[in-house]
Amino acid sequence: MIELLEKTAKHNGLVTAFALVGLVMLVSMFLSRRLTFGRVHGSAIAILIGLGLAYWGGIQTGGKQGIADVSLFAGVGLMGGAMLRDFAIVATAFEVQVVEARKAGLIGVFALLLGTLLPFVVGASVAWAFGYRDAVSITTIGAGAVTYIVGPVTGAAIGASSEVMALSIATGLVKAIIVMVGTPMAARFLRLKTPRSAMVFGGLAGTVSGVSAGLAATDRRLVPYGALVATFHTGLGCLLGPSLLFFATRALVA
Amino acid sequence: MIIYGTALLAVCHLLGIFLGDLLGTLLGAKTNVGGVGIAMILLICARLYMHKRGMMPQLTEMGVSFWGAMYIPVVVAMAAQQNVVSALRGGPVALLAAFASVLACAGCIALINRSERAAPEWDAGADADQQPTAHRA
Repeated sequence: MIELLEKTAKHNGLVTAFALVGLVMLVSMFLSRRLTFGRVHGSAIAILIGLGLAYWGGIQTGGKQGIADVSLFAGVGLMGGAMLRDFAIVATAFEVQVVEARKAGLIGVFALLLGTLLPFVVGASVAWAFGYRDAVSITTIGAGAVTYIVGPVTGAAIGASSEVMALSIATGLVKAIIVMVGTPMAARFLRLKTPRSAMVFGGLAGTVSGVSAGLAATDRRLVPYGALVATFHTGLGCLLGPSLLFFATRALVA
Repeated sequence: MIIYGTALLAVCHLLGIFLGDLLGTLLGAKTNVGGVGIAMILLICARLYMHKRGMMPQLTEMGVSFWGAMYIPVVVAMAAQQNVVSALRGGPVALLAAFASVLACAGCIALINRSERAAPEWDAGADADQQPTAHRA
């Protein structure tokens, strides 16, 4: 009986994922209403539960994909994978008010540049403080502080060791998680209210996953504006990391 | 038909990712440059164009807005497959570098956003499920 149920779930991975995520949303909406009286957004709690499940899955299987490595919940990997994530993000563009987006165009580009430069400098400084002295390692760890994709792409391009690459990915992941969890809490301090503020946030906070999850948990209508800018973040980082930023670091270190 | 909307979304998505890859290759960045952003801009343009010509009945719109409303559940699924274990095991370098850069960026965001003139405020506490677009489905 149990085996039959397991087989059903395994053979219908994506459908199982829909049911599981629906359940998580139900629980978090309930918790949000009853425990925090709506003060903490249900989506924020759901994302936190998701991260908790990912931790549990990682401990259970020793894999890299959180709960998606548990064979019963492999469908979560498809549902939350890059394909459906990007598909859903693009769909949110349907709600963008063009006038608002255009008003913030220039400040968005400025935020984007600052959002690449600033984390890189901070990350590289921390690497320096912890005793890394070669330009390749410093650049790779600094790039990881931009996003967890920029880190390994940069590292691979300039030939960093796998240990440094792992560190760089970890830096980016921690950053994404902090942004996901911290944004709703810091929303008031960040003045996240208008489309323009969301675009500034998207440019500076980086990582589509962190930005979109953080905004989703703050005010869903802001998601498309933040995502529109954030999506250029990784590309810009991958462009600047192995070139300009690496050369600058090498010139400073050597 | 509802599939027209979803197909429009799919075409914009594919075209955007393709152009992003092309841009990445041309720039030598080895990665997709703004593919999703390009796709979003394409979809916005398509919507404006089709709205003006009355080629966008409500049913077609639903084919897109359903996926927009599915966004948060997809993000939850994404969170559930992050490599949280290795992120936490990264040690003090990863934690400190991430924390410090988030703080620096947060300061900048707060500073820039404070410079914005008091705009007409959005009513707070919106949710996907309370949106009229999501309700039609």
